[in-house]
Amino acid sequence: MMFDRRLVQNFDWGLLLLVFLLGCIGLAILYSAVTAETPLPQKKIFIKQLIWFSAGLAAMVLTFLFNYKKLDRWAQPIYVVCVLLLIGVLFVGKYVGGSRRWLSLGPISIQPSELVKIGIIIMLARYYSKDANTQGFTLRELFKPFILVLIPFALIVKQPDLGTAMLLVLIACSMTMFVKIERRSLVCLVAFCAVSVPMVWFFLKEYQKRRILVFLDPDRDPLGAGYHIIQSKIAIGSGMIAGKGYLKGTQNALSFLPEEHTDFIFSVLAEEWGFIGSGLLILLFLILIFWGLKVAQGCREPFGTILAVGVTAMIFWQVVINIGMTMGLMPVVGVPLPLISYGGSSVITSAICIGLLLNVSMRRFLLN
Amino acid sequence: MTAALEKYLKTADHDWYKQRLLGVMVCALAAFVVLFVRLIYLQVIMGDEYRRLSLNNRIRLQDIEAPRGLIHDRNGDLLVDNRPSFDVSIILKDAAPLDQTIAKLSRHLDMTSEDLFAKIKRTKGVSSYQPIVVKQDIGRDVLAAIEVHRFDLPGVDVNVRLRRHYLNEQSSAHLIGYLSEISSDELKSGKYEERRGGDFIGKFGAEKAFENYLQGKRGGRQVEVNANGQVVRILKTVAATPGQDIYMTIDQALQKKAEALLEGQAGALVAMEPTSGRILALASSPSFDQNIFVNGMSYKQWDALIGNPYRPLENKAIQAEYPPGSTYKIITALAGLQEGIIDADTVFHCPGHYRLGNRVFRCWKRGGHGKVHIIKAIAESCDVFFYQVGRELGVDRLAWYAKAAGLGARTGINLDREAPGLIPTAAWKKQRTGVPWQEGETLSIAIGQGFNLATPLQMAVLTAAVANGGVRYSPQILQNIVTADGQILYSFKPQVVGKLPVSKANLELVRKGLWEVVNGKRGTARQTASLEEIDISGKTGTAQVFSRKGQESMKEEEIEDHLKSHAWFVAYAPSAHPKIAVTVIVEHGAHGSTAAAPVARELIKAYLIDRGPDGLLKAQSADSLSLTQ
Repeated sequence: MMFDRRLVQNFDWGLLLLVFLLGCIGLAILYSAVTAETPLPQKKIFIKQLIWFSAGLAAMVLTFLFNYKKLDRWAQPIYVVCVLLLIGVLFVGKYVGGSRRWLSLGPISIQPSELVKIGIIIMLARYYSKDANTQGFTLRELFKPFILVLIPFALIVKQPDLGTAMLLVLIACSMTMFVKIERRSLVCLVAFCAVSVPMVWFFLKEYQKRRILVFLDPDRDPLGAGYHIIQSKIAIGSGMIAGKGYLKGTQNALSFLPEEHTDFIFSVLAEEWGFIGSGLLILLFLILIFWGLKVAQGCREPFGTILAVGVTAMIFWQVVINIGMTMGLMPVVGVPLPLISYGGSSVITSAICIGLLLNVSMRRFLLN
Repeated sequence: MTAALEKYLKTADHDWYKQRLLGVMVCALAAFVVLFVRLIYLQVIMGDEYRRLSLNNRIRLQDIEAPRGLIHDRNGDLLVDNRPSFDVSIILKDAAPLDQTIAKLSRHLDMTSEDLFAKIKRTKGVSSYQPIVVKQDIGRDVLAAIEVHRFDLPGVDVNVRLRRHYLNEQSSAHLIGYLSEISSDELKSGKYEERRGGDFIGKFGAEKAFENYLQGKRGGRQVEVNANGQVVRILKTVAATPGQDIYMTIDQALQKKAEALLEGQAGALVAMEPTSGRILALASSPSFDQNIFVNGMSYKQWDALIGNPYRPLENKAIQAEYPPGSTYKIITALAGLQEGIIDADTVFHCPGHYRLGNRVFRCWKRGGHGKVHIIKAIAESCDVFFYQVGRELGVDRLAWYAKAAGLGARTGINLDREAPGLIPTAAWKKQRTGVPWQEGETLSIAIGQGFNLATPLQMAVLTAAVANGGVRYSPQILQNIVTADGQILYSFKPQVVGKLPVSKANLELVRKGLWEVVNGKRGTARQTASLEEIDISGKTGTAQVFSRKGQESMKEEEIEDHLKSHAWFVAYAPSAHPKIAVTVIVEHGAHGSTAAAPVARELIKAYLIDRGPDGLLKAQSADSLSLTQ
């Protein structure tokens, strides 16, 4: 079956349209972020992002062309490659701002920690889809997925990239909660965490404690993270209902919003487009999340369902953490806003996620 | 049967997943509701307030500089402090109308408007809300003028910045070092994470070595400014942590004495406490003014420093490597005694030369020393005696003793750019030049010529070890580190790094010889290094700068200045229970006995005799001069 007409009939045009809309909004804000009110317009960044979007489109198409069920078999090799890339980063990675996250492959550099998120989702979907039952997983059964997550987690913490490591844990936890944890095991787990977290805290060094406290409460660092959050809140709040108008943002000016084209892109949008624009963007993301869950619901076999849930969880957490951070609800971490933030690895990862959703969606009626 | 049924019932089917998904949707919705509520709070409820704050970017950050730690000598005398300087900066966004403001400012600053614009243009890429420094360190008159016309100069700000100030111009410049502006390479290196462009960091000497203690931690404040850029409210403050104060082991008065003694000559002096390794004085001549590195120097000043043939920027005590000359005979003597090649009674005959194959090696004394034993050989620095000892030892055994005495390797003093010196071995030469070792070269080595190289500091450590009975101490310059609130973080502890591998009796023989150098009837430094009040022991050295083959009859006085030999003197005193070990080198000083020995003597005298009743050395003053006479 090289080509099946039902694939075209079942293609999820609605999801594609939604993603296209988000992508366009992203490009529009990015253009504002890199040109408005800055003494040095960085049009190059915009051009680069256009190129990344094209690459992302290709990655997305590649991801939905083959039957996703093959991923069940490819899960282990994919996982191993991801872990090897992470180990590679530790040894030959590029140092940027004190941490090693990038791997240079000729002219482009990639962030393996982004790809590893997808690797983990596929791996867990494979494991959970085999043994899922209505009683939920016991602690013993959860040991293997725990190790599977721990390895990349430790490697990412070592980079160090606390934000991505945390994201990995959140995705894994979401998937695990979805397939259910057996009641007694859950109680044990919660009790264990309640005891061990203060214990770990006790063993941390002073500077590590301080870093975590600042992470949880940016106000403790009024000259760094705390200042960024204040500026971000001013940017968002000053947009009021109607916004200051496209390309008219002022907080955007260099050095007031940090990383305004990556982590704080939402603040730029909120300032220029006001509540109308930013509310709409959040709404679009909510629709995207529900769409992903609908895809999971439509799928009639566990691997596809869990895969779709995992991918949706990843988008969900990034959106909530990123937007929450710019509004001062969340710790300050370098988590990009999917489809909106600048950055090759982020765009490609988001595109692959969408590709996976499209893949599961269009093959929902195919039987093995 | 029931088990199978039970398993079937528990299998997660599509309906079960659907039900789980419903729960997930509820959770997701709840999270988004929180986002919406927060968005409404920020944009609708608090919108007006945030809009006000966003006009002119009202919330800004201001730095609070951390005062850098002060540097004292061992007695607490201040050597380096910080003085306030006033820098004028301008914030472009607040300075409208810019042309008029600049024109007015230029009149106060005595600069043309074009100059000011040029300065501003150079900082391209900086946010227009970031202050740009246009003139540093304005005088108090200018400061007063600007403060008075403040209302007329929107966006112009004067910041107090602490500037490093070296109190004693030219003094201990190499030891203390200097600060200067951080370079872009250093910023990129990742070693200075807390630093920013325009910051000053230690670049040389103790300022660099103890950078981490001295620098402190910058603080800052979040402030709200009005439309003219003036602070209306301080929102949050993070106090700066001041740097820690450093107490050096040097004695400032002794240091100044050392510098005065070397004045007008190129050379170095190291004085150490033999029983601890404390550096008491460390001087390198000529010196330079550290303040010009902080205040910014002209190209002319820089060229003068770099172009000076006497290399003022080099710390000759640790960076310069010289052939040790006859001071090296201490090593040859120790090795010969310990290896049993000679003993106290061994006598060689010195006819004034020594024949090896068809080559003739001369003794410095043409007429010869006649019958020589070890003590006389050291006292009169008989070359022929040491030729024979060296020849029997061989180069590698000699090198082993030299290395055991700390030569040929960095001492590890806490100062930058220390040179390792060089102790040759046969294998080293073969590898380096491809030519096997020649026996004649061993003879040169034995009297400290040839490939041998040592720094004055290495010789000081060796001298101190001979002085204290054979213990090698690590030379240290740091006495105490004290926090701003008076807590002592670090205190000096002597550190033993090795022992001279010789017996007490053999060392005693050499010490006897060194005593004779100064106090014996024919000692090479008997007229130039001896003091009435105390016994000094020492050894002269004359390090040839060029080979005099074929011109051996030439007298030192006839040679051009820059080809004259370097003059060494190593000494310790009082001979019986030494309290100070001194090494002096005078470049092209011709003879150790005449150029270097008096310097060492005067320094020892200053340290051991010219002290006031309080135990402290008297500063360079008229009464201390009268004591000298």
